Amino acid sequence: MQPSGRTLFWSLALAGLLGAVITVSAGIGPVWIPPDAVAKVLLNAVVLPTAVDLSGATPAVTTQPLFRFPVEDIQRQIVLQVRLPRILLGAIVGFSLAAAGTIMQGIFRNPMADPSIIGVSSGAAVGAVGFIVAPVALPFGLGLRAAAFSGALLAAFGVYLIATQNGRTPVATLLLAGVAVQTFLGAVVSFLLLQSGESIRRALFWLMGHLKGAAWPEVWTSLLLVAVPFVVLLVYARDLNVMLLGEEDAQSLGIDVERTKRILLAFSSLVTAAGVAVAGIIGFVGLIVPHVMRLVVGPDHRVLLPTAALAGSSFLVATDTLARSGSAEVPVGIVTAALGAPFFLYLLRQREVHEL
Amino acid sequence: MSDHDDGHAGEAIPMLEANDIAVSLGGTQILSGVDLTAECGSVVGLVGPNGAGKTTVLRTLRATLSPDRGTVRVAGEPIDDLSTKEVSRRVASTPQATTLSFDFTVEQTVEMGRTPHLGRFDRADEDDYDAVQAAMERAEVAQFADRPVTSLSGGERQRVLLARALAQETPVLLLDEPTANLDVNHAVRTLELVADLAAEGKTAVAAIHDLNLAARYCDELVVLSDGEVRAAGDPRDVLTSETLGDAFDAEALVTRQPGTDAPLVTPLPDRDPLDAAVHVVGTGGQAAAAVARLVAAGSSVTVGVVPAGDAAAERARELDCPVVTVPPFAGVDSNARERATELAREADAVVVAGDVGDANQSVVAAASRLVAVAGEGVPRIESERTTVTTVESLPEAVADLPPAEDRDERAVPSGEQQDRY
Repeated sequence: MQPSGRTLFWSLALAGLLGAVITVSAGIGPVWIPPDAVAKVLLNAVVLPTAVDLSGATPAVTTQPLFRFPVEDIQRQIVLQVRLPRILLGAIVGFSLAAAGTIMQGIFRNPMADPSIIGVSSGAAVGAVGFIVAPVALPFGLGLRAAAFSGALLAAFGVYLIATQNGRTPVATLLLAGVAVQTFLGAVVSFLLLQSGESIRRALFWLMGHLKGAAWPEVWTSLLLVAVPFVVLLVYARDLNVMLLGEEDAQSLGIDVERTKRILLAFSSLVTAAGVAVAGIIGFVGLIVPHVMRLVVGPDHRVLLPTAALAGSSFLVATDTLARSGSAEVPVGIVTAALGAPFFLYLLRQREVHEL
Repeated sequence: MSDHDDGHAGEAIPMLEANDIAVSLGGTQILSGVDLTAECGSVVGLVGPNGAGKTTVLRTLRATLSPDRGTVRVAGEPIDDLSTKEVSRRVASTPQATTLSFDFTVEQTVEMGRTPHLGRFDRADEDDYDAVQAAMERAEVAQFADRPVTSLSGGERQRVLLARALAQETPVLLLDEPTANLDVNHAVRTLELVADLAAEGKTAVAAIHDLNLAARYCDELVVLSDGEVRAAGDPRDVLTSETLGDAFDAEALVTRQPGTDAPLVTPLPDRDPLDAAVHVVGTGGQAAAAVARLVAAGSSVTVGVVPAGDAAAERARELDCPVVTVPPFAGVDSNARERATELAREADAVVVAGDVGDANQSVVAAASRLVAVAGEGVPRIESERTTVTTVESLPEAVADLPPAEDRDERAVPSGEQQDRY
């Protein structure tokens, strides 16, 4: 099958899985709602634009619901206003981490690479914890998430600058610079935690990664921040395949290696930062999901990138459902690691994941 | 395509040309002023010891390295003026080794050779598919098409890399040790393929460590050592004992490959040079081998009397040794016999090898010290003072001969020796 055909097949299958996971997840909580009821609520929410009114100061779009299933209003409220924002945010974060992890493992040709290998998460942590410990009034009403987002991008950019010499960024240098900067930023976070006093609990909760308190505006913002760079990454998927042959080979096959690396690093950092800023540090998704999907669909990034991203969505929605369904909520980062690590070890024994 | 037009426009413009290339890596001078010219449709071999800079030359030729000094031109265009993509449509290369650690199939890997011809939003079309299939056929990897590259042996992977380069459909091919991991059969087939491609108009530059394969398949050789060109040109002119001694710092014997005119290089172990004048008597391949071996060991060799055209006479001529010849089947005249006898008398030792013939008995008799080469045609030696040895250890046997006055103790009657062999 052609790559485009395989991409379509696997993407549709995994999108279907994601839909099922979301439907079941939206039913789980203090009030149980059966999946069919959830499905009706979700379908009723699908609207079609029927008319656009341009006469007013702002154009008004008249919409028409596609379906009109009878649903209980309370169930509709719970699903759409309480559970769905969190679930969708989880899906977006899982998508971003898995996509960025796929790209990083490709750039570094290293199975241990994860989305935050060039310091994105550590930067976000410094930004977030710094903001929690010493909240400063940021302009434009930006808060914790903006602080984390900018910290993430600053750290990634700093690592890139440190590792670049004469316009070349060797991945080995990038890797080591990333490790060093992560260690340094880890020390900064530890120091900030010591100074945090009352707010240490909030800071720790953020560091462990959670999706609590998600609301619709965040969903839309992060959707935009993830979707646009993801499209760019998809366009470069074929170049990344060639880069897997090694940088010199890629160059002799006509790939502008340094430029491609720069674009891939920038956009995957952007995707990661968008995910980490809303959810804190959630480990393992970006490491394990690309691995598993590579075993399933092979190393071709034109197929691997979209499928790993969709699988990451399902994985994080499912684990977050577990995280919030206990008597006391657990940060989802703990659940992903607690489930992911044993599964990964199982794969390691079964499928000989010795190399990418 | 415009590439081809450029190639035809100026027949005089070499397809690939490097002028005075100097490269230093990490502060070490790797190349200092290398010139290389590859005419359209030729195979140029880069030979030289390890660390001579062969790979660096290839990396410079494909613009992976930009030289500190000098220029590389492809069909007359400076390579620095071309974008990475433009270079990749003109120059394809196979690396010495590659990180093919991902489970791409052979076909997927070869398909990547089409990258230079695809725009960012292009899909591979029928032409690309055909090019990939043709490349796999020619490199003989079509039967592995669906297997992961990681499951192939080193030699098979090397052929996959060759197929990838062929799929690029470039006028210039750069090959870094294309036969390094190949068995004898595939090494020869790969180089035959390169020669065929050259005959079809492609230009190839290959770093080849096997001097004999290089001599056989390259139209021109460039001998590199310490980042400098020691010699360049026709393999027959380039591969000489002196050049090889200079470049490789090793003794090597240069003769002709059987069946072709190409030089045959036989590396020899390091020994102290044999500082002796030796006269060789005998005919045929064994005498020829003895001459070559002694010359390689450093001694000054004379030969005779041999019929003109005999292998020994030919070898002596190739190696610039004085030789006394007579026309074939004409018999040995007294003049020739006297000259040969004189040479034998002046020599420190006389070596008999192969068929000596009755006419040469007087030449043998003039020997102060005698060494016989044991072999199929056991030489008829009437002298009583002989040491018998093989061609390989001939220099040692000559060097170990006792001084002329003591030879009686060492000499063994020839009759006994002949019984033993």
